[in-house]
Amino acid sequence: MSRHRSLRIGKSSFLIDTKATAIITGLTIGMVLLMIISLGIGQLQVWPIDVVKAVFGAGTDIQNLTVQQFRAPRIVLSVFAGAALAMSGAILQGIIRNPLASPDIIGITSGAALATVGFLTVFSDRGNALTVSIHWMPLASLIGAIVMGILVYSLAITRNGVQPLKLVLIGIGLAAALEAITTMLMLLGPIFTAARANIWLTGSVNGTNWSEIQTIVPWVLGLTLILFLLTPRLNIQELGDELAKNAGAFVQRDRLILLFVSTALAGGAVAFAGGISFVGLMAPHMARRLVGSAFGSLIPTAALIGGIIVLIADLVARTAFAPLEVPVGVFTALIGAPYFIYLLFKSKK
Amino acid sequence: MLSKPFSKIIGIVFGLLSVMVLLWASVIYGLTYITTSDVIDSFVRFDESNQHYIIQDTRIPRALIAAAVGSSLAIAGAIMQGLTKNPLASPSIFGINAGASFFVVIGVTFFGITSITGFTWLAFLGAALAAVVVYSLGSVGSEGLTPVKLTLAGAAIAALFSSLTQGMLTLNERSLDQVLFWLAGAVQGRDLDLLVSVLPYLIVGWVASLFMGKKMNVLMMGEDVAAGLGQNTILVKLSGAVIIVLLAGGAVAIAGPIGFIGIIIPHIARWLVGYDYRWVIPYSAVLGAMLLLMADIGARYLIMPQEVPIGVMTAFIGAPFFIYIARRGINE
Repeated sequence: MSRHRSLRIGKSSFLIDTKATAIITGLTIGMVLLMIISLGIGQLQVWPIDVVKAVFGAGTDIQNLTVQQFRAPRIVLSVFAGAALAMSGAILQGIIRNPLASPDIIGITSGAALATVGFLTVFSDRGNALTVSIHWMPLASLIGAIVMGILVYSLAITRNGVQPLKLVLIGIGLAAALEAITTMLMLLGPIFTAARANIWLTGSVNGTNWSEIQTIVPWVLGLTLILFLLTPRLNIQELGDELAKNAGAFVQRDRLILLFVSTALAGGAVAFAGGISFVGLMAPHMARRLVGSAFGSLIPTAALIGGIIVLIADLVARTAFAPLEVPVGVFTALIGAPYFIYLLFKSKK
Repeated sequence: MLSKPFSKIIGIVFGLLSVMVLLWASVIYGLTYITTSDVIDSFVRFDESNQHYIIQDTRIPRALIAAAVGSSLAIAGAIMQGLTKNPLASPSIFGINAGASFFVVIGVTFFGITSITGFTWLAFLGAALAAVVVYSLGSVGSEGLTPVKLTLAGAAIAALFSSLTQGMLTLNERSLDQVLFWLAGAVQGRDLDLLVSVLPYLIVGWVASLFMGKKMNVLMMGEDVAAGLGQNTILVKLSGAVIIVLLAGGAVAIAGPIGFIGIIIPHIARWLVGYDYRWVIPYSAVLGAMLLLMADIGARYLIMPQEVPIGVMTAFIGAPFFIYIARRGINE
């Protein structure tokens, strides 16, 4: 069986990568099964069959409530946040052409963190109560992420356009500065704010509700659609500036658009789930090993893997030390750092 | 800038005088106004007034700590930049601060350690561990130790340590309260005892660093050349690493993670005296003390009557500088 098959619809034809299609299908099934298992595990154990029933409202009242209201939102958020971070990382690794780039490394997460902590500080009154609705917080985080993305990008511009490596270095430097300011805000504010900010900073999907899901899902889906339209340009970016220019691409302009999509994806994820680290780094790598580096198959694969990583991390985070809830970001960092070490070792030939 | 040995000596004398002036200014200026005669009085005839207490317990310790921490971080940065040939190398970028913070928070959370000596040893341990991990991570791979890999490894390890630190803090709010202030990096409210307990390590680091200059000059010509000239390059790097851990670890133990000093100062020192590390290291020491003293004085006035943590002040000064260096290119 050849690796590719062509699919013709009217005048347009697509080359379908059969191996990648099989892998993507497999990952999708795996993710759904994992979601069912995760929906069932917790203080109230629900068998997988009963989980499916409860999802459709056919379980007992307590099962329906637990599955639909308490567990389903955080599980959906895990999947979407993980997928968004993974796609964001895949784009960044493509345009920066450095396998170690990720939204948290170039400082997008730190921008969101500062905006979030700033929001909590500015809008808290003396009694530690928020003066505006907490629902505005994700907007603040998103703005922080995008402003940071723009800032890093514009500071990285030199005479020769944007050099990918400078983008990373400037991201690291700015992130260090923003983290200092974030700590100061936490310090000056009441301890209550600090504790709340700290949970966000580490990354947590605890306490998600359906109204948050209604915001993040369209955001991620919309950006995913745009990303698919941009896939050919992303493939060209990986050739390097000279080759890409010779291939007729507007390298700098495409880079700016792609960077914006990447930032918006990561920003959306951290706005709702906080600073979950290393997912944007790990997922694209694992995907590349499975389906190769053409972005058409890489992006969906990475997205699924990202979702699965956060799902597993959340499952462990809420069950391992029950009744204590460890923020999910601690576990992604615990898997992510050794993976990073492995990646550095792997480059040894 | 300063090319002749004579002008370099003049420069360092002038720098030392500036440190003296800044130490004096650090004691004098602040929310409570104090005059020089008050300072003298507080030693000659201590009258248990508020002013005298502030001088003895707050202002003087903080001035001395700022000077010691500033010069230690700057020397550590200079040696790191030399040994790794990375102009962005510094304790904070390489995750040494994050490693130290991580260990301190482990100590507070799991072992209930609250003593100064406990903090100090934990910070040392964490700094050393992070330095070893980042350095070895930066060295693996086909092309060996490259500046960029080292920076990336540092950023990743820092990210790991800080997420674990934050994770522990979310589980235990009481330790958050105790540690948050330390985590921001500060020289105020630190006891003189703290400095005294760490001082022996710092002094060993300072003195040893002065002997590193010549060896680093040789190493800067390239490892092959250095080995050809009969230098034991491994030993030089190892002693450099020990000095970095002593100085960066000691500084973090006293004042918490203060960033950017280690990056900025060596650049200014090299701009002043060129690439001769026999001069770069002492100049870094003097300039580091000056910068941190100035930052600390500034930190008192920015949002009076509250104070900006000094780590934030140095970040304000340091980030633009860092970006300037990154824009200019890491390999030049």
